[in-house]
Amino acid sequence: MSATNTSATAAPAAGSDGTVRTGLLIIGASQSGVQLAVSLRALGFEEHITLLGDEDHRPYQRPALSKEFLQGTVGSESLIFRSNEYWAEHNVALVKGERITRIDREADGSGVAHAASGAQFPFQRLALTVGARARKLELSGADLDGVVYLRNADDALELKARLDDVREAVVIGGGFIGLEAASSLHKMGKTVTVLEYGPRLIGRAVGEETSEYFLAAHRERGLDIRLDARMNRLVPAEDGSRVAGVELDDGTVVPAQLVLVGIGVVPNIELAEQLGLAVDNGIVVDRHALASDGTTVAVGDVANIPNPLPGAPEGERIRLESVNNAIEHAKVAAYSLMGRREDYAGIPWFWSNQADLKLQIAGLTLGYDSTVVRRDDGRGKFSVLYYRDGRIIAADCVNAPLDFMAVKNALAKGQNIPADAAADPAVVLKTIVTDG
Amino acid sequence: MPTVHFTDAEGVVRDIEGNAGDSVMETAVRNGVPGIVAECGGSLSCATCHVFVREDCLDQLPEMDEMEDEMLYGTAVDREDNSRLSCQLKLSEDSDLYVTTPETQV
Ligand SMILES: Cc1cc2nc3c(=O)[nH]c(=O)nc-3n(C[C@H](O)[C@H](O)[C@H](O)COP(=O)(O)OP(=O)(O)OC[C@H]3O[C@@H](n4cnc5c(N)ncnc54)[C@H](O)[C@@H]3O)c2cc1C
Ligand code: FES
Repeated sequence: MSATNTSATAAPAAGSDGTVRTGLLIIGASQSGVQLAVSLRALGFEEHITLLGDEDHRPYQRPALSKEFLQGTVGSESLIFRSNEYWAEHNVALVKGERITRIDREADGSGVAHAASGAQFPFQRLALTVGARARKLELSGADLDGVVYLRNADDALELKARLDDVREAVVIGGGFIGLEAASSLHKMGKTVTVLEYGPRLIGRAVGEETSEYFLAAHRERGLDIRLDARMNRLVPAEDGSRVAGVELDDGTVVPAQLVLVGIGVVPNIELAEQLGLAVDNGIVVDRHALASDGTTVAVGDVANIPNPLPGAPEGERIRLESVNNAIEHAKVAAYSLMGRREDYAGIPWFWSNQADLKLQIAGLTLGYDSTVVRRDDGRGKFSVLYYRDGRIIAADCVNAPLDFMAVKNALAKGQNIPADAAADPAVVLKTIVTDG
Repeated sequence: MPTVHFTDAEGVVRDIEGNAGDSVMETAVRNGVPGIVAECGGSLSCATCHVFVREDCLDQLPEMDEMEDEMLYGTAVDREDNSRLSCQLKLSEDSDLYVTTPETQV
């Protein structure tokens, strides 16, 4: 750890127009931006911080939008990260509802961000925590009323407002968001069909065994799931006013008063591109969350980062979409803005709650070459352990927190869980970890 | 007003007024009480909202379910008999709870 202080005490920069540019501007006021501001204050960052976002809400947590909030078991106030008093006390100016469309920059890295409203935000240092947006469906009828997405609070509020008129829903996309929302809608009494283009569920994030487990479990719980689904178009109601169903390639129509599209996200790289930063499936950053200009930090869903798993091969990269990554990556970035160089701490992990299925994922499966399945149907527990060259690198655990914790802790300590011993589901994983 | 008295590992005490229906975790996080991380926001997935509850307050609390019990085996600081995950502890109008936060949550 080196301690050359570059930013915290640097003199304010004056722009070519003479305006004084101080402080840090964080663009994007969500999981990453909030954590960056909080971590900086905890580390003693003394300069002014502006935490700016384009949404009209106080910064809130997204995960419940497809789960408890959609189901109505958690209210909107519970999703708010921090009280207004907290931000005031910590000298963080929260700016809502401003969308930055252009950034002018000086050679020293300071500059001015211009919002669509015409407002200007001068800064000395810049953080891009702009996240990702829902990928749009490209299909005839995709712009019909009743076709919705689920990325932010406004989406969730719209979705909730429509539910009274919905008997049947189609969810396009069998990934995390799609399956969480489908489970929530089903729990609320809707008839739900999930159309997945690929050959298996959650194909981007989990291995085949886990996909199969979820397929069977969801079908058993009442979801109609179609894999390899090919769609011709979204069918309008007779008066053309709204969506009435989805036509498949065999001509049959799955009726729906609501079509929820959950086909992944696209990182918001436009500002980075305009700044000339390296971009490749997200903003390319180094181990310390610094973009290619060496001064802008980019954090969270928008960042393409070196694989943070301890021992991962040099040069391997990944863009993670998770709360845990947003938090840990923001901490790394906070150190960088303080002039310190720290590595990503902790083991990446993720969770997804679908009906009574509680999935917890520890580690990253990138590059796995074998798996071990632990299944205890009597107790409703299921885990898949992933190995690379004989070493454990990840686990998917359904209703099996002990397995999840054991793998996460072993990875954190650089320990292994030998595959042959782990195969017996009666074995407590924590008792068979080996050093090295 | 329900009140939660948080003592951190160094012994610093913070008395926070909460709202009935909110969890102990929410009360802490929204007010920036250090010592509670709560990565999963209360969905019983992270075990980073671990607290030790003062013995005489334990009977104010709901029973713990199996999931919470299993999650408590994975906390960063080892569990004790008075360990709970604070996201599972909802405040009522007359709650007056004393909890201690562990040295670390991750
Ligand atoms: C419905 C849902 C459920 C989820 N469930 C889970 C889960 O169970 N577990 C889990 O680990 N993760 C989950 N996630 C993922 C998690 O929420 C994200 O990984 C996390 O929000 C990423 O944070 P971020 O701050 O990097 O990006 P974002 O949350 O995308 O925030 C970026 C912010 O920047 C704003 N912005 C973008 N461009 C501009 C601009 N030009 N000017 C101003 N503002 C701008 C955006 O509007 C947004 O508010 C879920 C996500 C969703 C949508
Ligand atoms: S906040 Fe995650 S388990 Fe309590």
